[in-house]
Amino acid sequence: MAKSDAVVPRVYGGPAGWISVAIPAGIFAYLLQFLAPVAAGTPVTLGFDWVGSLDVRLSVLIDGLSLTFALLISGIGTLVTLYSTKYLGNHPEYPRFVLFLMLFMIGMLGLVLADNLIALFVFWEITTISSYLLIGFSSDEAKSRRSALQALLVTGTGGLAFLAGVILLGTAAGSFELSVILTQGDAIRAHPHYVPIVILFLAGAFTKSAQFPFHFWLPNAMAAPTPVSAYLHSATMVKGGVYLMARMNPALGSTDLWFWTLVIAGGFTTVFASLLAIRQTDIKQVLAYTTLMALGALTMFIGAGTPAAITGMMTFLVVHSLYKAALFLMIGIVDHETGTREVDQLRGLGRKMPLTFLGGAIAGLSMAGIPPLVGFIGKEFLYKAGLDLDRGMIWVTGTIFAASVLMFVAAGISVLRPFTGKLSNTPQAPHEGPWAMWIGPLILGCLSLGFGLFPDTIEAWLVAPGTWAVYGDYSYAVDLYLFREVNAAFVLSLVTFATGALLYAVHRPLRDRLGRIIEANPVKFDAGWDRTLDGLKALAAWQTNILQSGVLQRYIFTVFATLAVGVGATIWLKDALDFTVDWNDALAGLQFKHWAVVLFVTAGAVLTAITSSRMTAIVALGVVGIGVALIFIIFSAPDVAITQLLVEVLVVVLVAIAMLKLPLLGLARDRKRRPVHAALAVTIGAMVTMVMVGVLQGELDRRLTDFFETASWTEAYGRNIVNVILVDFRAIDTFGEIGVVVIAALSAYALLRGTRYERPESKLEDRAQ
Amino acid sequence: MEILIAIMVGVLVAASVYLMLARSVLRFLFGLILISNAANLVIFVSGRLTPEAPPLIVEGADAPLAEVANALPQALVLTAIVIGFGLFAFALTLVYRTYQNLGTLNSDEMRLAEPIDVKAEPTK
Amino acid sequence: MNSIILNAATRLLVALLLLFSVFMLLRGHNLPGGGFIGGLIGATGFVLHAIAMGAQATRDTLRHEPQDIAMIGLGIALASGVFAVFFGEAFFTGQWWFAGADPSDPDDKGLPISSVLFFDIGVYLVVFGSILTLVLALEEEV
Repeated sequence: MAKSDAVVPRVYGGPAGWISVAIPAGIFAYLLQFLAPVAAGTPVTLGFDWVGSLDVRLSVLIDGLSLTFALLISGIGTLVTLYSTKYLGNHPEYPRFVLFLMLFMIGMLGLVLADNLIALFVFWEITTISSYLLIGFSSDEAKSRRSALQALLVTGTGGLAFLAGVILLGTAAGSFELSVILTQGDAIRAHPHYVPIVILFLAGAFTKSAQFPFHFWLPNAMAAPTPVSAYLHSATMVKGGVYLMARMNPALGSTDLWFWTLVIAGGFTTVFASLLAIRQTDIKQVLAYTTLMALGALTMFIGAGTPAAITGMMTFLVVHSLYKAALFLMIGIVDHETGTREVDQLRGLGRKMPLTFLGGAIAGLSMAGIPPLVGFIGKEFLYKAGLDLDRGMIWVTGTIFAASVLMFVAAGISVLRPFTGKLSNTPQAPHEGPWAMWIGPLILGCLSLGFGLFPDTIEAWLVAPGTWAVYGDYSYAVDLYLFREVNAAFVLSLVTFATGALLYAVHRPLRDRLGRIIEANPVKFDAGWDRTLDGLKALAAWQTNILQSGVLQRYIFTVFATLAVGVGATIWLKDALDFTVDWNDALAGLQFKHWAVVLFVTAGAVLTAITSSRMTAIVALGVVGIGVALIFIIFSAPDVAITQLLVEVLVVVLVAIAMLKLPLLGLARDRKRRPVHAALAVTIGAMVTMVMVGVLQGELDRRLTDFFETASWTEAYGRNIVNVILVDFRAIDTFGEIGVVVIAALSAYALLRGTRYERPESKLEDRAQ
Repeated sequence: MEILIAIMVGVLVAASVYLMLARSVLRFLFGLILISNAANLVIFVSGRLTPEAPPLIVEGADAPLAEVANALPQALVLTAIVIGFGLFAFALTLVYRTYQNLGTLNSDEMRLAEPIDVKAEPTK
Repeated sequence: MNSIILNAATRLLVALLLLFSVFMLLRGHNLPGGGFIGGLIGATGFVLHAIAMGAQATRDTLRHEPQDIAMIGLGIALASGVFAVFFGEAFFTGQWWFAGADPSDPDDKGLPISSVLFFDIGVYLVVFGSILTLVLALEEEV
């Protein structure tokens, strides 16, 4: 695939670009109308049946949690698509990019809005697949492909576990509707399948949200174009797992298993990721690891589960989406305009790129948690919630303190350093990006500031309804504020700033030391991943060598032997053929013609099997075919009999034509294999007979036949019931079948008329070398 | 008669399995024809056999007056015969083409996709 | 094959078989017959033609490529199924028009023309076209 700079750039931006901006903007505007009812505490549900018989409904649940997510997805989506019109507008594959991005957005919106777990799972998988396509967008780079595959395999495996969990939960709760499941928390927690359900759900959520030990795919996923990183891998998709945990909290939460798993895994991810963030030199990687940290913190606070913790979680969720998307977009502009993201090469860009700096700076301040930005509120409420916990207080608070300090440092690294100081030399001369690019960070920055100054807005619209939905209690009063009194959390904030400033001052030597420590650590997840895949491939190669002998006879033998064992064992175990045949009854009324036909067909079949002459075989096959047609005639199936006779004629014609150029039959098989093959053949034949006799002993269900008989004339105006079934009652089937006939004919035609190959001898030698 | 046909189908299936296990793909084709016939008969017989009463509605009646043969399996078998023919024709051209390109009908010698002495591709 | 008798007989037989195939197709809704059988009979006629006079002669006689005929048949079958949608019914619901029927007499159906008939014609063309596609190609190849 051609790279953007390798071809004459064609401007595709036009319609694809504007449509891609209009769609999320329209959805965002549409969703705004639900703010008022949801803020009033009444979730909205809409829906219609999809697969009614399986209890799969396409239903929508709009409550505080899903609306918050949906607004973030469509709102940030609007900014990101707008940004992409300039960032990738000249890329030859831009329309493809837009298509994937829209696919992802639909999947993500469906995921958060679905009220049915099956539908939720389908959308979940759509986000996995579109994320795969987007990470691998630069498909000509091996690194992109590897990262894309890694993300797909990790999240896809988790998705499978999640599906199993969905099915278990659906059976445990008796419904797949979330609105029903969420009211049955006590029953589900008492259910014997509770533990496996939690494990399976968390497997899905942890892989999706890159929680330790599945964290390694997310930083690699930064191989995607920056708008994708900003959108999928910070603001939306990776929060899918967080959404799932938050969503299921009323049903699965408030048990020890849930508490400790989430708190420990989330906390570990938080600390681990913030340390890794500090040691990066690529600013995008710094942001990637701080995203991981945020996901860990969100997970931890969902697990903590107190109303205060949930409030902190919801606040931090919004806060983080706002500043992290802005920062990703910012670093994208820097990369786009200077040609590098290396922290050591970027200094003093502020004067050249003032608007980018402005947007980035507000976001960075929010990330550092400095008042009056909303980031400060987010951090304060996490501290407050952590300090109020009955159990795990030290662990949670300590974790979040360490993370906040390191986040302060990361904010410095990713915004302060590149934009201040003396202008450095960069691969391209830096200049301000186009408006479509800097508007995104700026708007997001303004929101961070606005929500910080007026916390009541975010509280009333997003955080309070979200908290109610996650906590499952609509009476809890959420109260967000910027500053009210000097308390423990506030003091902790001050300590955070001081420690953060100190660490930022020494962050470069710290980075190098940290790097050495991490290098020395023998456990490497990314490398371990490669080894796992290699092992899998080796295993596949090993078993392929055993199973795929390449000898057709052996394959067919395996297939039939498996059939014989499978059916035979089932018959034996189930006593399925426990009946007696009344031979007198079975043979009563048989006439000469019946015996004659059966003998003819049997003889023809046996002769075909044992002859070594082509002509004999063809004639014997003809006898079988005609005999079968006679059976159809005797037993009142004129249509079938005519068809069978005509097809028989055509088979003989085709075989006769082909025989002109085909060799003689030759030896069928090694002499010593003959008894084994014959034994298998006789076994299968006997089994078919036994099963048929068994079926014939049972009662015949004539309901369909009766319907066709009565409706054939009265409803379909036909007197030949067989034909009416074919062309009217089951016309869709018939249509599919004639489609198959056409395809078979065209394939054979293509095979005969297609390219001619060279003679085989040379070819075989080529391949063998 | 149903039991008798069940035994006959067993013979048909046994013959076709025996043919499919042979080395020559032409024999495999013969086995394919036999097993198609056997499968059609299985479906047909499962709907039970009714002599001399084709599933037609006589002029002037709204439904069959007396018991007629089961029309449903007949409809299924009818399309199955035609599709079976399509499958057979395609398989035949495939065999024909294979013979032209490889010069053999012996499946043991058709090793283009899975050559004998080549190990599975080493992992990177 | 160069047989004068076969040549002469073939001309007659093809015409008869074709006529018979259409007869079987049209009566199929009420008596044994229908698109599958009609198509097979029609194709058999032309297979005979191809054996007697060569595949090229058959192609000339057909005037259209057999695979085109099959695809047109598939199109007709699909169109007759989609037709019902315009009357607000599910796909492949039969639509009937009783030409010249007496509305007061429930047994007088006049000349029934239906989307089902067109579907059967589609089946006929598909079977006819597909078989000739195969046979002619194989015959030319050998």
